[in-house]
Amino acid sequence: MKLIVTFSRKTGKKPIIAQVVRDTGVLINVERAQIDSSEGEALIDIPDGSCNVVKQRLSELGASVRVLEDVISLDESRCVDCGACISICPQEVFSFDEDWKLVVNGDRCVLCGRCIEICPQRALSQKGEA
Amino acid sequence: MEKTIDLIRERIRDGNARVVTAEEMPLIVEELGEEGALREVDVVTTGTFGAMCSSGAFFNFGHADPPIKMERVWLNDVEAYGGIAAVDAYIGATQKSTTREARYGGAHVMEDFVAGKAVELRALSTGTDCYPRRTITTELLLENLNQAIMVNPRNGYQRYNAAANSTDRTLSTYMGMLLPNCGNITYSGSGLLNPIMNDPAFRMIGSGVPAFLCGAPGMVVGEGTQHSPAGGFGTLMVTADMKEMSPDFLRAATMTGYGVTLYVGLGIPLPVLDVETVRSTAVRDEDIIVDVIDYGIPSRSRPSLRKVSYAELKSGYVEMNGEEIRTSSLSSYRRAREVAITLKAWVEEGRLDLALPTRRIDATRSAHPLRETVQGPRVLDIMDRKVISIGQDEEIRSAAQKLLKGETNHLPVIDSSGKLVGIVTTYDISKAVVNPGKATRVRDIMKKKVITTTMEEPVDIAVRKLEKHNISALPVVDRDERVIGMLTAMNLGKLFGGRWLK
Ligand code: SF4
Ligand code: SF4
Repeated sequence: MKLIVTFSRKTGKKPIIAQVVRDTGVLINVERAQIDSSEGEALIDIPDGSCNVVKQRLSELGASVRVLEDVISLDESRCVDCGACISICPQEVFSFDEDWKLVVNGDRCVLCGRCIEICPQRALSQKGEA
Repeated sequence: MEKTIDLIRERIRDGNARVVTAEEMPLIVEELGEEGALREVDVVTTGTFGAMCSSGAFFNFGHADPPIKMERVWLNDVEAYGGIAAVDAYIGATQKSTTREARYGGAHVMEDFVAGKAVELRALSTGTDCYPRRTITTELLLENLNQAIMVNPRNGYQRYNAAANSTDRTLSTYMGMLLPNCGNITYSGSGLLNPIMNDPAFRMIGSGVPAFLCGAPGMVVGEGTQHSPAGGFGTLMVTADMKEMSPDFLRAATMTGYGVTLYVGLGIPLPVLDVETVRSTAVRDEDIIVDVIDYGIPSRSRPSLRKVSYAELKSGYVEMNGEEIRTSSLSSYRRAREVAITLKAWVEEGRLDLALPTRRIDATRSAHPLRETVQGPRVLDIMDRKVISIGQDEEIRSAAQKLLKGETNHLPVIDSSGKLVGIVTTYDISKAVVNPGKATRVRDIMKKKVITTTMEEPVDIAVRKLEKHNISALPVVDRDERVIGMLTAMNLGKLFGGRWLK
């Protein structure tokens, strides 16, 4: 399962994710991170059962946590099942079923944004930002 | 055995005709043999649904009171060609909006009309005795137009070369996003369902034959522009009434970094009159071969990376240099199939009257490139021939001194044999001064990855490099990697009054 973690860096440059790994013993996979001088945002992947302990520890350390679910949303009325999104997604989120209809397997998405940018029909958006 | 078109029409009228899609044909021929298939099948329907830039429509708006001769015409801020009669205009699919740029264009105007939305017409005129009015602005629905006739100069490309990119940066092209180092392959076209692919000799497809166009019953006008059937790249000019079209088969699209285009659904029914038609409609994806073109090379004669069949492209992976590379289609096979299936129903219901060409399309022509009588400027025409360079083992100080003389902001760095090995800019030196660290030599602070140009390179290509990499100078190198000149934004600005830079 994927979590978006946002933390402020004003209080110092604590290695917050490393700390959570140490404290909880959960192995965290950082899939994407964007950190500037005042704020950091990381997309992490953790085993499904460990969500609560990781969330709790992150919050204690002052980070805010959001669970990512089906983040990429497909507007079926715009999509023409061309497949342009298939080969550019680094996570193989998209594929065709046997009838050449687009299938979206959103769990794997790391929100790189490429598919949203290139869809010729503008049929893809990030949930909540459509 | 041969059949006549009248026999097939009669069978359709009696409800006895066997109509199949081109997808079903290979199997039928395999099972029944060619003669058997000829007896059994009366019509084969084809279909394709993909980006077809060369599309557009003629509109007649009707006369206003007082009347105006519309000389310049905009529809939702997209300019349409008004250099025809007073209230006629032609809108092209790829024309960009003057206000919304690549997010809205001629294709979107067409889609909005077909989807029943109101479109704003704006027109200007110089005014004449018979047409005194100078401006008009009004909202129109498709039903308010006298005519909206789609005429697409080039549709239904027989097949289309696939695309990849061997360079180390991402490219945005009309073939979609091409990832660096051949990270993906894109292709277009419906392969075995493509109309011309099922009749490459143009025996059944020609002027006057019926067609499915964007959901409307339409017609083939004749050969399309850039028609090049000799090499297997035939095209068609097609037409239909926009008022009968459906947004399911006509879609505006934006190719990121490239522009606006129109996705068009096109299909043609082929009467099966003889064994030759049976044979050509039995074409399979395995038989249709195209090149994978390297779009990393910015010239007309881009090299082919390998040959590939539509069967491989459609499988989702193509092998190249020992690696499995993912493919993306830009056209929709699902919709192409829907076109062929809808067309099949139309033929069975008698909604389209089958016909043979009233004028044949030449199946032997090939298109040639543009004749250019004036050669565009090349780098050698405008480059700075005076090159100030620096050796990689010299001290940063001497680089600073050279730059301080003020003649340049970029110093190409060379090794002892005179070859280009890096570049330093005023910025790199300032950085080295602010953070002294251990760097003392030019080689410690230079950028090793240098983007270069050559004397023969067209200026437009060099300008793309400057823009793409966000830099302001390119060393000009010869075959031995020796710097023989510099091309800077300043050269361009001076010589062309800025025309070459956006
Ligand atoms: S690129 Fe867009 S239109 Fe094409 S299949 Fe993907 S989501 Fe659908
Ligand atoms: S955002 Fe990136 S990872 Fe997610 S589906 Fe789109 S291309 Fe794939």
